[in-house]
Amino acid sequence: MNYFPDEVLEHVFDFITSHKDRNSVSLVCKSWYKIERYSRQRVFIGNCYSISPERLIARFPGLKSLTLKGKPHFADFNLVPHDWGGFVYPWIEALAKSRIGLEELRLKRMVVSDESLELLSKSFVNFKSLVLVSCEGFTTDGLAAIAANCRFLRELDLQENEVDDHRGHWLSCFPESCTSLISLNFACLRGEVNLGALERLVSRSPNLKSLRLNRAVPLDTLQKLLMRAPQLVDLGIGSYVHDPFSEAYNKLKIAIQRCKSIRSLSGFLEVAPHCMSAIYPICGNLTFLNLSYAPGLHGNKLMKLIQHCRKLQRLWILDCIGDKGLGVVALTCKELQELRVFPSDPFEAGNAAVTEEGLVLVSAGCPKLNSLLYFCQQMTNAALITVAKNCPNFIRFRLCILDPIKPDPVTNQPLDEGFGAIVQSCKGLKRLSLSGLLTDQVFLYIGMYAEQLEMLSIAFAADSDKGMLYVLNGCKKLRKLEIRDCPFGDAALLEDVGKYETMRSLWMSSCEVTLGGCKAVAEKMPSLNVEIIDESEQMEFNLDDKQKVDKMYLYRTLVGHRKDAPEYVWIL
Amino acid sequence: MESGCSKKLLDLIPQEKKWGFIENQNGISHGSSEEKKLELKLGPPGEEDEPLVSFGYFSSMKSNAKQAHNKFPPAQEDHRGGAVLTASWAKNHHHQPKPPNCSQKRTAPGPVVGWPPIRSFRKNLATTSKLASESPPSLPHKVAIERKPAAPETRGKGLFVKINMDGFPIGRKVDLKSYDSYEKLSTAVDELFRGLLAAQRDPSADGPKQEEEKVITGVLDGNGEYTLVYEDNEGDRMLVGDVPWHMFVSAVKRLRVLKSSELSVINLGSSKKGKMVQN
Repeated sequence: MNYFPDEVLEHVFDFITSHKDRNSVSLVCKSWYKIERYSRQRVFIGNCYSISPERLIARFPGLKSLTLKGKPHFADFNLVPHDWGGFVYPWIEALAKSRIGLEELRLKRMVVSDESLELLSKSFVNFKSLVLVSCEGFTTDGLAAIAANCRFLRELDLQENEVDDHRGHWLSCFPESCTSLISLNFACLRGEVNLGALERLVSRSPNLKSLRLNRAVPLDTLQKLLMRAPQLVDLGIGSYVHDPFSEAYNKLKIAIQRCKSIRSLSGFLEVAPHCMSAIYPICGNLTFLNLSYAPGLHGNKLMKLIQHCRKLQRLWILDCIGDKGLGVVALTCKELQELRVFPSDPFEAGNAAVTEEGLVLVSAGCPKLNSLLYFCQQMTNAALITVAKNCPNFIRFRLCILDPIKPDPVTNQPLDEGFGAIVQSCKGLKRLSLSGLLTDQVFLYIGMYAEQLEMLSIAFAADSDKGMLYVLNGCKKLRKLEIRDCPFGDAALLEDVGKYETMRSLWMSSCEVTLGGCKAVAEKMPSLNVEIIDESEQMEFNLDDKQKVDKMYLYRTLVGHRKDAPEYVWIL
Repeated sequence: MESGCSKKLLDLIPQEKKWGFIENQNGISHGSSEEKKLELKLGPPGEEDEPLVSFGYFSSMKSNAKQAHNKFPPAQEDHRGGAVLTASWAKNHHHQPKPPNCSQKRTAPGPVVGWPPIRSFRKNLATTSKLASESPPSLPHKVAIERKPAAPETRGKGLFVKINMDGFPIGRKVDLKSYDSYEKLSTAVDELFRGLLAAQRDPSADGPKQEEEKVITGVLDGNGEYTLVYEDNEGDRMLVGDVPWHMFVSAVKRLRVLKSSELSVINLGSSKKGKMVQN
């Protein structure tokens, strides 16, 4: 029943911005559905194969901002072949043909060709923002098209993409009339850039707030850029190697001091540790510091730097900080909410790696900690139990012990109790990644306590199907489950196939599920795409149902089988 | 030979859970004798009696052993106890993880596909920093150049990739198109570096060089002093010989000859390679 005219409802809906809430609103009644769909401007699609561009366009004619995700998460770790899918071109093509006035496109793990970038740049007059995260398939030529044609571009944000760098000229393609840039991030590009063009671009972009450079930008250019853009809020330094007694360094110190608005600092793709003191003046204001690409920075220099950063909320660091360094973090960064510790030497013995000690120190010193990604040499149950007590507010808890089945080194027990303590204490936990030696027991705990859990990553764990069953039965809000190298088989997979329709996706690789099991899921659930990825040619010659499946990826969809799968992907 | 092989393998994988060789480094929980381990592996299949709640490490691991056996019936045909692992590898088409390192080395496990779970961007950081510390400070940008992925050149029909050997700053190039198998590549590697090694060992040797030169063997099977690894098109470091030759050629970007002692899972490589590589 509508007591209000549509416009009023629409106005009310304007205040509802979260995707989940807007989705809920649209389900209330037909008229709300209608009003909501015409007024919706931002759409998030977590799996590009769950819906088609045509249906998207039909439902949301007012679309301005689209977020799309393609490949499954494990593609980040090379478990998914490059041409598996996730092509953005059909989306851009369909949108271009329609009347949609696209202004923002955010893509993650998708294949983006130069063609699609060119089409994008020419099809939407008001296009403002392009964000590409972990994408591939394009070159700097595609970027040149964006630069040249998007007259009102505000944001070009490239995060960790695989870009074929043809060097140089794309930056020069921004016309002189382009003065609207707010955010420019090209840190992931490996090639040279036209430094003069970069300086001119920054000079004529008074609204520039975020600038992340690649390693080809040398120090003296950095200094000039900072002089022209003292209003920067977010800075990514490319190369930071220089002589501390040089004129260039002195100029840099002055330039940095003028940048009183910088709250976020990253990059340091090459770094000379003895020159970090130039940064000290701005450290006191930093809320985000990312040193995870700077293995040259460790020991006392690093600790001294951290000691200046009293307001840090997010810290991304390499494990060469060591437990001692994490102790310094614990003493200094009382506002810390997110900590990510990456391995500096993932395949070889790390002298300066971190252990459970560092984590315990941080948990004790930083009570606001709610998000963790921690690569370490070892972990103990006692430490995890302590961390759970100290920090009950974890939303994201991702622990990666480099030896994937290492037990508690003190007691030689599996880490079931430790992780159990985490899920029991952290009632708001939404994302969990497990590692170390783990039995079915930990999954019993997860099923019992992790009521808000949305994403779970499991590797080399469990003893039997029971592990998977505990999770599927217990975690009502589970959306994404990704499993590798666990002894889960058909019995677990087939226990409750309806559950998968409530989830975005399930990934299982190197487990015990068989072709027959996967076929059974596909048969019972036509609303799921069940994909088998097998590059070994075994599927060509041996279609025995009892055969174990190498990689299975299943996801709910409204549009049936996709047509763009390569030959080594079988959709059952 | 079999039992000797298996004993060596088992010593190196004390915590290998998946295949039921559970044996802790401190020797607690179930038996540490070789026979017991073999028994666990070759025990009868089909026992479902796992405790719901593990009272202790032992009982859950025991169930692992049974479980593990269920998974790999082909292992029964192969009478090499220690090679249960090998058999499962050879027969399973999917990548099984190489069990983690032996207790002697405090290292992460060797090149398991996709482990540790970090993006390619982050994988070569350590190498880059080593290069940075080795290269003279007056050339900081040398690091930047090194950082680019080493793409193989194709001069005409050849496919040249760089190959470096541990201990020698200057590398060589090999034309992969001129070999059609791993064996031929291995021979070529030997020929390339043998002379260098000899010179390094005894630069002041007066005697005939022929006697001083030691043939470099075993680069593919992990038995030798050196092991051949490569960097693929995703920046990952892999043991040479894992995949069919033509796949290797299409993926390889550069080669390295590492001292086997530096490599985390050398002996594992040996048992695997015996079965896998027949290109």
